[in-house]
Amino acid sequence: MIKIELLHKKFGKNQVLTGLDLHIQKGGIFAILGPNGSGKTTLIKTILGMVVPNTGNISVLGEPIKNKWKYRQEIEYLPQIANFPGNLKVKELIRMIKDLRQKSSEEEKLIQLFALEPYLDKKLATLSGGTKQKVNIVLTFMFDSPLIILDEPTTGLDPLALIRLKELIQVEKEKGKTILVTSHIMQFVEEVADEIVYLLEGKIYFKGSIQELMTKTKQTDFEHAIAAIATPTIYD
Amino acid sequence: MIKILKYSFYDLMRSRWSYIYFLFYLILGFVLLFLNNDVSKAVITLMNIIIILVPLIGTIFGVMYYYNSKEFTELLLAQPIKRSSIFLGQYFGVAGSLTLSLVLGLGIPFVLYGLFKSDAIFDFSLLLVTGAFLTLIFTALSFNIALSNENKIKGFGYAVLLWLFLAVIYDGIFLMSLIIFKEYPLDTFSLTATMLNPIDLSRTLILLKLDISALLGYTGAVFKQFFGTNTGLVISMVMLVLWTAIPVWRLSYKANRKDF
Repeated sequence: MIKIELLHKKFGKNQVLTGLDLHIQKGGIFAILGPNGSGKTTLIKTILGMVVPNTGNISVLGEPIKNKWKYRQEIEYLPQIANFPGNLKVKELIRMIKDLRQKSSEEEKLIQLFALEPYLDKKLATLSGGTKQKVNIVLTFMFDSPLIILDEPTTGLDPLALIRLKELIQVEKEKGKTILVTSHIMQFVEEVADEIVYLLEGKIYFKGSIQELMTKTKQTDFEHAIAAIATPTIYD
Repeated sequence: MIKILKYSFYDLMRSRWSYIYFLFYLILGFVLLFLNNDVSKAVITLMNIIIILVPLIGTIFGVMYYYNSKEFTELLLAQPIKRSSIFLGQYFGVAGSLTLSLVLGLGIPFVLYGLFKSDAIFDFSLLLVTGAFLTLIFTALSFNIALSNENKIKGFGYAVLLWLFLAVIYDGIFLMSLIIFKEYPLDTFSLTATMLNPIDLSRTLILLKLDISALLGYTGAVFKQFFGTNTGLVISMVMLVLWTAIPVWRLSYKANRKDF
């Protein structure tokens, strides 16, 4: 599905990714974790082609992505901060994205699921952070693509919307899709993720299931296991 | 690209500022024509305004639009769209709507006044063409500046400085050097210097078309000899096209290599 080899990325003097290798097979939910500034968002953005790597190869669905753009048709991306053009109405934004993608979509179901009907005629600038995030989720899930990338999907969501989101993720997973997700809410990760990819100092520090992580770190609790992984002395 | 252009264009067409810009030209056109009662004089006055104002508005609108639509751009970057299409679409959306405001705003009063019956129609068309070029050029330059500067304040500052340089300071340096080197033959120098600044180039083109080059003295005669011929006109147009094409090319080149 995704194959990354020896990925290096520098922003000015700040080396963010240092020879990262990652292979993600088809199907399942992969949580990309790591401390702040470990390069999670940069990694996601290089997969999307929004950040151009200094060196290294990335293939998505078996094709190298360098200087390509059509492969993004197969990816749904939920950005970390839902920044939308403020003077557009929710309805117009959805219509616009549909027009740009030229793909069949099922937005009505999702609008209903997140109770967004009253907001359809409102301008995006007037929406609250949580409502914007819901719009963001609708835009991400309304198409049927094999790869879904979610950057901090839980930000600002109320408990009901959070439950709906988790259900939605499970439904997509059962369709055999590959889902990449980053989050700082460990409870959420523990609930949804099949596999953990832990980034530290621009490299993959750990890749495996939650069970493997707990055995490795000798912790019984997932949150503590994640905290322990960054300080190797605890279990070495 | 056409889709992005369409959305940017609609977005701007709904913004208050496009209408203010349009209304400004509309009022200016009516006032000049009906107070002046002379199309040729109105064209000269308009030229003086257009040559300064169009680049300024193009610069400011370009920078503002780029920074304001950052979110929109980021949204588009994750969609299956070619990068250069996103930026070129936005650029042509801005430049197109500004040009439309200019052409319609000035065109309507002139047509109502009976432009088609007067012989000033060519002078007036040239005025609109150079106005359109200046919009394209300065919007492209400002998009370039904005793309290379993450910091809004800096980007805005550089863009305004660029306008100030080309609209005012350049002429100052040009005149100074003419005075300092007056002992030498300056025909080629002044021709080249004029060619290298789109504002000067537009001004010279219009002045010569209006046949008031006598005001310019000896240099005017040289200019007349050069610009008055077809070759001169073609070269000037080529220069204006180059002034548009190079920044547009750099815009798409830079956009393909930038991180978001």
